[in-house]
Amino acid sequence: MKKKNSKKSSPTFQESAKAYLENTQLRRNIGHATHTIRDKRKQAVDEMPDWEDLREAGSNIKQRVMRHMDKYLLQLEESVQQAGGVVHWAKDAKEANRIIVDLVKEQQVEEVVKVKSITTDEIKLNKALADEGVQALETDLAELIVQLAEDEPSHILVPAIHKNRAEIRELFKKKLEKAELSDRPEDLAEAARLYLRKKFLSAKVGISGGNFAVAETGTISVVESEGNGRMCTTLPDTLITVMGIEKLIPTWRDFEVFMQLLPRSATAERMNPYNSFWTGVTQGDGPQEFHLVLLDNGRTNVLADEVGRQTLNCIRCSACLNVCPVYERTGGHAYNSVYPGPIGAILTPQLKGLKDDGVASLPYASSLCGACYEVCPVKINIPEVLVHLRGKIVDEKKRKGGFKAKLDEEHIGMKLMARTFKKRSRYERAQRWARVGQGLFEKNGTISKLPGELSGWTAMRDIKPIPDQTFREWWRSRDE
Amino acid sequence: MQISLFITCFNDTLFPETGKATVQLLERLGHTVEFPMEQTCCGQMHYNTGYQEEAIPLVRKFVEVFGDAEAIVAPSASCVAMVHEFYHKVAERARDEQLAKRVEEVTPRVFELSQFLVDELGVEDVGAYYPHRVTYHPTCHSLRMLEVGDAPLTLLRNVRGIDLVELPAAEECCGFGGTFAIKNADTSMAMLGDKIRHIKDTEAEVCIAADNSCLMHIGGALQRQRGGVKTVHLAEILASTEEN
Repeated sequence: MKKKNSKKSSPTFQESAKAYLENTQLRRNIGHATHTIRDKRKQAVDEMPDWEDLREAGSNIKQRVMRHMDKYLLQLEESVQQAGGVVHWAKDAKEANRIIVDLVKEQQVEEVVKVKSITTDEIKLNKALADEGVQALETDLAELIVQLAEDEPSHILVPAIHKNRAEIRELFKKKLEKAELSDRPEDLAEAARLYLRKKFLSAKVGISGGNFAVAETGTISVVESEGNGRMCTTLPDTLITVMGIEKLIPTWRDFEVFMQLLPRSATAERMNPYNSFWTGVTQGDGPQEFHLVLLDNGRTNVLADEVGRQTLNCIRCSACLNVCPVYERTGGHAYNSVYPGPIGAILTPQLKGLKDDGVASLPYASSLCGACYEVCPVKINIPEVLVHLRGKIVDEKKRKGGFKAKLDEEHIGMKLMARTFKKRSRYERAQRWARVGQGLFEKNGTISKLPGELSGWTAMRDIKPIPDQTFREWWRSRDE
Repeated sequence: MQISLFITCFNDTLFPETGKATVQLLERLGHTVEFPMEQTCCGQMHYNTGYQEEAIPLVRKFVEVFGDAEAIVAPSASCVAMVHEFYHKVAERARDEQLAKRVEEVTPRVFELSQFLVDELGVEDVGAYYPHRVTYHPTCHSLRMLEVGDAPLTLLRNVRGIDLVELPAAEECCGFGGTFAIKNADTSMAMLGDKIRHIKDTEAEVCIAADNSCLMHIGGALQRQRGGVKTVHLAEILASTEEN
């Protein structure tokens, strides 16, 4: 039987998905949005004659980064320092938050502006700042929506993909104190713009993530659609950037590849509306203090796994979410993970480890259809990593399993079948027994109800009974 | 040519008609078919669910059974994909160089039926007759892992009497996914619901695919809904003639 979660574990994907699948408005919102982006991405990619070469190049550059991560990281540190920036190393979320909180408090501010950064969501920076009396204001429109709604992001790139215009209008009316507001996108954006503009002009500290960091030059890059990120990275006196260590690229020249791969895969644009690049500090222009916090938080464990390593190629474009038939129907919240969708299903279990039942359910949240791998701009073979992680989960279960794991219905079934398949005589006997055994469930030539875990199958599907003659019995009879 | 039939345990037990059709078709095309009785299961279900240690003896068995065969043909894209994509990994896991070598030798001789006919034998018209309105669902493993491309459609287009209708959103997964259909039954059903809708939109009476596993899933729901559409494996369409 399925085990109940121990209290400490997060809910499993199966449990959460059940509820989200029944949310009709969410189904409509996400179904519509993912199909729209999916179709546009296809157009943006199909017009590129050398797309496959670009993918190959992107994958190769990232693999080189993974092979020589130590070298490139030290090179990056040196480049940033030479350009007048300060580099901080954070082993985990706690260390990263401590570093950032201290830097913010030094500036004696109560509010910071933030450009959308999923890495800061990963380390729960906003909460760490709030605990010290500092409010972090999200300035990306969709992040702002999520923050005002006290909700969680449900997509890497489009955090409020689960909300529609009418819901956002209601939210803004309430939280931005607008008596009158239409649900036209222009009016909603204008309401947010007026609210944010004041904040930008008064902010002393900005916090950003980063899309890329160039080891050779120390340049950090953020690409975005709204320009709010550029305000965050240019207006405040102090800029703090938090990045996972895998966001490295070796040289400036490598942008040639990634600045083509990323926008087309992410927003289906030939180029992002805003592409910001900065290298340390420049006197009299922009922030006069720049801090780069380089975060491990499990990434070196991923790096150590030869199959899993490719996960670190990810440039957070979300193309895999938008084509995923599972994500499209459950939305991002069902994953109970900062990184949802196919990439989340392989990244989160590797960053967090497989002990939590909820996390360990993620690699199973896929039909292995391969649509994600097909669109991935850096060729992460997501199905391969999913299956690899499933192997680790079962190995771990067997290792520490004991009595309880041995009584697990799936475990017993798998063991029994493995034994059956090993020997032809056992296999043929099992075929005959199954034919007899199914009589218990067969009614008018069809099976509509099966017990235990198999009831998942018959909840919506009938199953035809096993025929009177197997293929091999027919073959034998033909020979006679 | 001497062809060894890799029936797959799924077809052997649940869909013997597909096996019979494969034999009839290959023999009609002038080939000799042999069926090694020692074969059982390729290990895909165990491997994909995470029981990878359990797949090792099954891979050993496969190379023992089929090691010397000239051509190994299966009416199942996903089981063939298992051999091509994952057998070398199983051998790696077993830390058995001999096994790895045998896997490497045998893999290029393992074919999915439509790929074998079109790409290997160069046959596009198998002389079949099937006077029905049909639609074809390209299963994920045939499409994205084996990359069979247009092979099944090429064969179907040359079937006499057939009314082949294009399936909308054909490349979307039906939601089967092996144990996914049971472990994540709710999501699997949500995916299946849309696939069924697309199939019905074609007004076809038959839905065809190169994998009986996906067809069992699709057909199971159509049967439950009394949907008026049946599922038939590609091999059975190709084996049909005016005489039978």
